[in-house]
Amino acid sequence: MHAAFADGPEVDHRANGFEPTEMLRDFDYGEARRLPGGRTLREYSIVARDKEIEVAPGVSYPAWTYNGRVPGPTLRCTEGDRVRIRFTNASDHPHTIHFHGIHSALMDGMPGIGEAQGGGQIEKGESFDYEFDAEPFGTHLYHCHVSPLAAHIAKGLYGALIIDPRQGRPPADELVMVMNAFDTNFDSTNELYAVNTVGFHFQRHPIQVRRDELVRVHLVNVVEYDPINSFHLHGNFFDYYPTGTSMQPSELTDTVIQGQGQRGILEMRFPNPGRYMFHAHVTEFAELGWTGFFEVS
Amino acid sequence: MEAAEATAVRRSAPAWALGLLPVALLGIAVALLALLGGPGLGERNGVPVEEIAIERTELRPGLIELTIRNDGPDPVEIAQVSVNDAFIPFDGAGETARLGSRALTIGYPWIEGEAYEIVLLTSTGGTVETAIGAATETPDLDLGFFGLMALLGIYVGVIPVSIGMVWLPFVRRVGPGALRVLMAFTIGLLAFLGVDAVLEGIEIAGAGSQAFGGSALVLIGAALAYLGLAAVDAHMRARRRAARSAGAPGMHLALLIAVGIGLHNLGEGLAIGAAYAAGALALGTFLVVGFAIHNTTEGLAIVAPLAEERPPLRRLLLLGLLAGAPAVLGAWIGAAAFSTSVIALLLGVGAGAIVQVIVQIAPSIRDHAGRALTPQNVAGISAGIGVLYVTGLLISV
Repeated sequence: MHAAFADGPEVDHRANGFEPTEMLRDFDYGEARRLPGGRTLREYSIVARDKEIEVAPGVSYPAWTYNGRVPGPTLRCTEGDRVRIRFTNASDHPHTIHFHGIHSALMDGMPGIGEAQGGGQIEKGESFDYEFDAEPFGTHLYHCHVSPLAAHIAKGLYGALIIDPRQGRPPADELVMVMNAFDTNFDSTNELYAVNTVGFHFQRHPIQVRRDELVRVHLVNVVEYDPINSFHLHGNFFDYYPTGTSMQPSELTDTVIQGQGQRGILEMRFPNPGRYMFHAHVTEFAELGWTGFFEVS
Repeated sequence: MEAAEATAVRRSAPAWALGLLPVALLGIAVALLALLGGPGLGERNGVPVEEIAIERTELRPGLIELTIRNDGPDPVEIAQVSVNDAFIPFDGAGETARLGSRALTIGYPWIEGEAYEIVLLTSTGGTVETAIGAATETPDLDLGFFGLMALLGIYVGVIPVSIGMVWLPFVRRVGPGALRVLMAFTIGLLAFLGVDAVLEGIEIAGAGSQAFGGSALVLIGAALAYLGLAAVDAHMRARRRAARSAGAPGMHLALLIAVGIGLHNLGEGLAIGAAYAAGALALGTFLVVGFAIHNTTEGLAIVAPLAEERPPLRRLLLLGLLAGAPAVLGAWIGAAAFSTSVIALLLGVGAGAIVQVIVQIAPSIRDHAGRALTPQNVAGISAGIGVLYVTGLLISV
């Protein structure tokens, strides 16, 4: 017996407008064009919108979304690219996008900084272009930075930002896993935990991977209200690259811990076929939704 | 003369119709409101109000069964259930209408004696929490169980009350002064039982569903029992007068006391049965002995008014059964755990009956000068309260 949701219909992914398995391999490279001098400019568009989503079968949640999904789109670019994100706030509340990376103060998505130049806190109906050079390479995240901060993040305004190194990485089956949680009764503790929003999704629908193929997981922790989260893999070990900022792994392990906002890259090959569980080794989270399987064939 | 009569008829004939006039107008007003869609009375603003009471928690091997009741104004849908921070598949998901109830069956390998925190997650993301203090299997409601409850009811109800009635010869021997003190003692006993029933009823009602009035049910039950017994009493007096029988006022009083104590013991049985069903009752000798001592004094209360009379043994036995046997019924009801609302109402009934009995007995403690609260009587009342207080300490379930 595993912890699980009640038997019955699953979350209505069509109504939600996103599906956890599809989000694993869904990368937004933006609209790329070559600038004079040979650099690449990537232009993205992100709209903040209030949206009721189903976070567990039968349980709705008044989320705030980037582009109608939680987590928001996985923005992907290469180290040194010029990145421009057109942000439009179509929500009823003020928001920003705060990117983890190296950029100017105006591009930091911080309320109170840059309002005179049209930046800072972006009010309802306003727009702003965030623009910066993609650096350093690694797996990063972005999120809203309006106060109350925990609520603005926990409501769904977050996503992954992947900056590939110039020289690239070995080819792999790449997966984005955003570890998130939902405080559905607004008591500052979470009722539901998941990877890519829907708890137990990968328990019902194991992630299909191929034997001996390199699997690269971009793991991001955005869980609010709980100080740490973790990832544990069964029947296998993985190379861990904290924040993905080095080409050398820091550790060969089967369990990593991430605090709020921490992220990293996990690389593994499955030598044996079969089903292998992965879950938070904060087991309370595991049984409240944060559990899944790899299916190796 | 005829004309005058006709006028009177015309005037009096529509009396019932006049009485119905406001009712008819109310009907028209409600119909109009419904037809017009209740202008200004549309959907309530704001998020749905979700109020769920857990009416019953039953534990079977590998299963936790909850009976929930929707106390709030809006339908509530239970979408998921977690036990000790783990989501668990369950049967019974779905919407519960206002005042409706629903059974949730959760497959869970619970362990004897351990504590569990159950969270029901609603469709809006709201949570309803309930706790199991120390898990123990809920007894099956089979014949053996009802037999056990009957035995328990006889132990704590019928036997002690009957033993207490053996004070009758003693009561006959003491003088009128001592008898008044005995009656005062009885009033003290009854007052304690009445207050105890009200407090217990309010406590139980407060913990359960509020949909049907909660603690108000205790007071409603008390008022109905008081009025009902008052009416029965008046009826019995009238019949005795009509039969011109010299009557037996003592027997009349003893009967009333027996009924009042019977209704009280119904409540006591409820408490025992409910506690046993919840596994909260250790059926130790100590408890049964405690109840026996506690309830023996009730037998004294019944025979106290019979000092001047020589009722046949059959009648005395009947009085004993009337006062003691409801404990059996109470234990059955309590163990089958009808809702907390029913239990609160029945405890209120017991309390109201007792107040009525006190009102009936009160005149018998007056001395030749008509004084009731003489030092001796006050001492008697206090002793009655004291005895039940002390013996009550033995039996808190």
